[in-house]
Amino acid sequence: MTTHQLTRRFPLTTWWTVLRISLEERLVYRGDFALGTLMRFLPLVTQVFLWGAIFEAVGTDGSGTIAGYTYQEMVAYYLLTQVSRAFSSMPGLASTIALQIRNGEIKKYLIQPVDLLGFLLLGRMAHKLVYYVVAAGPFALVFFLCRDFFNGWPDLLTMVAFVASLVMSFLLGFFLEATLGMVGFWFLEVSSLLFVYMLFNFFFSGHMFPIDMLPGVWGTIVRGSPLQYLAYFPAAVFLGKIQGEQLAWGLGLEFAWVVVFVILSRVTFHFGVKRYSAYGG
Amino acid sequence: MIDTTANEARAGQGGEAVANVHPSYLGVFLTFARNSLVRDMTFRANFIIETVSSLSWMAMNLGYYMLIFRFTSSIGRNTGWGEYEFFVFLATTLVVNSIVQAFFMPNCEEFSELIRTGGLDFALLKPIDTQFLISLQKIDWASLSNLLFAIGLLAFSLAHLPAWPTAVQILLYPLYIACGVAIMYSLMITLSATSVWLGRNQTLYDFWFYITNFSRYPMEIYHGTVGSPLRIFFTYIIPVLVVVNVPAQLLAKPLEAQSWPLAVFALFAAAASLWTSRQIFRRAMLSYRSASS
Repeated sequence: MTTHQLTRRFPLTTWWTVLRISLEERLVYRGDFALGTLMRFLPLVTQVFLWGAIFEAVGTDGSGTIAGYTYQEMVAYYLLTQVSRAFSSMPGLASTIALQIRNGEIKKYLIQPVDLLGFLLLGRMAHKLVYYVVAAGPFALVFFLCRDFFNGWPDLLTMVAFVASLVMSFLLGFFLEATLGMVGFWFLEVSSLLFVYMLFNFFFSGHMFPIDMLPGVWGTIVRGSPLQYLAYFPAAVFLGKIQGEQLAWGLGLEFAWVVVFVILSRVTFHFGVKRYSAYGG
Repeated sequence: MIDTTANEARAGQGGEAVANVHPSYLGVFLTFARNSLVRDMTFRANFIIETVSSLSWMAMNLGYYMLIFRFTSSIGRNTGWGEYEFFVFLATTLVVNSIVQAFFMPNCEEFSELIRTGGLDFALLKPIDTQFLISLQKIDWASLSNLLFAIGLLAFSLAHLPAWPTAVQILLYPLYIACGVAIMYSLMITLSATSVWLGRNQTLYDFWFYITNFSRYPMEIYHGTVGSPLRIFFTYIIPVLVVVNVPAQLLAKPLEAQSWPLAVFALFAAAASLWTSRQIFRRAMLSYRSASS
């Protein structure tokens, strides 16, 4: 039986193998991984002190709020965006796709009976799964040390919405970056485009500050963009800032953005392959 | 290019002549600067894109702090870091960072790689101080656009302060900027020299970023049971807190009696950092085993 026939008959076996190989690949550097995760919280230390100083100036007795956030909530917000980012960030995804287009490596997906997006998605899922297993320790430690910044656990409904928003933020992050990578079919060199994306992502996803702080038209624009689901939205859901009808709308819109980027990545891949001329080796 | 040819000609005269060569450090540095500029100008579009990208990064950062000052009038209570004082602080951070990025960052990055690949052999053979050679070989001219942005921001913020700085303040400012750059450089070269022992030092830049992150805010924000030890550690053990704080205080806040000891300490910290990093660099060179060359 050829491999082709094998995959036809056992499509799941193929995908399971891909996932298992990726998992094993990722587990090789687990020590470095855990240390890296813990270190990633270090910049938060300066943020905690910075906001401490800002809130000192705003309200002497700790009652002051900024854009509806108390000091406690602000710190909790920054901690929670680390969780959102753990789901939505896709380091190197778009640049890898663009590089594979440029050096011709992408050919292998065109001849082998493997779907490029499916293959990459499984690779990322494996990466994330290993990441959560290894990062659970450092995350638990940091959240335990900072437990005083939280008002206990949110109710069940909020938790369910939080988990749903995180899973969708993973999918949104993946398909958004994959679409950007596909631009490589047209431009070959996409590093400037990726820098612009990184810049906007950093400031307008809520990673740097809660987007509730943005005034007027800026706030409206940013709230209409899909970026907010990559960091701000899940954190705000957990803190109970978004509830009831707003929450349902938010989750619905997040889902819609995921669908939009699934389609966009498929369409750009489809048309990209048509104009692809297999440069490189 | 003429300098290089001349050096080669002199080197060609035999081993004895090489030993007697006393390179002009300034001349070599200027050649490095010119070569880097030539290289940057060869890819002009790329240079422009890099400049625009880093400037937009600066602008976004400035926007973030402008946003914060919509909600508060100062960073910390009674610390004296109001909006324009803080912008002087921010401009100082950008000045120091852009100098470090333009002159040392690309080189230290390269240094770790030279150690790993054995390419350092070629640097060791050259008749010039190895630390000088590997520290200044490349200059990233695009980063100097950030310096212009920072100076612009500095002038703008100073104009909004109640009083213009005095001549003494203006004269001392570049001195303390130099101290700050020296401390940052020492830290960076020390971190990259550790590649000799660690083989590969991938988390080097993460580590650099995480440590220098502490220098980005006024030291007054670190207080309390966790903050005070952090402040002491990053002032006296790894002196990244004096890098920006001392020059920024000097300009933004009237010279206060209690800030003088820190200013004197900054001079000492800069000298000590340079000396320590030099010692570590030498040790690293002694342990270098020219792997895979």
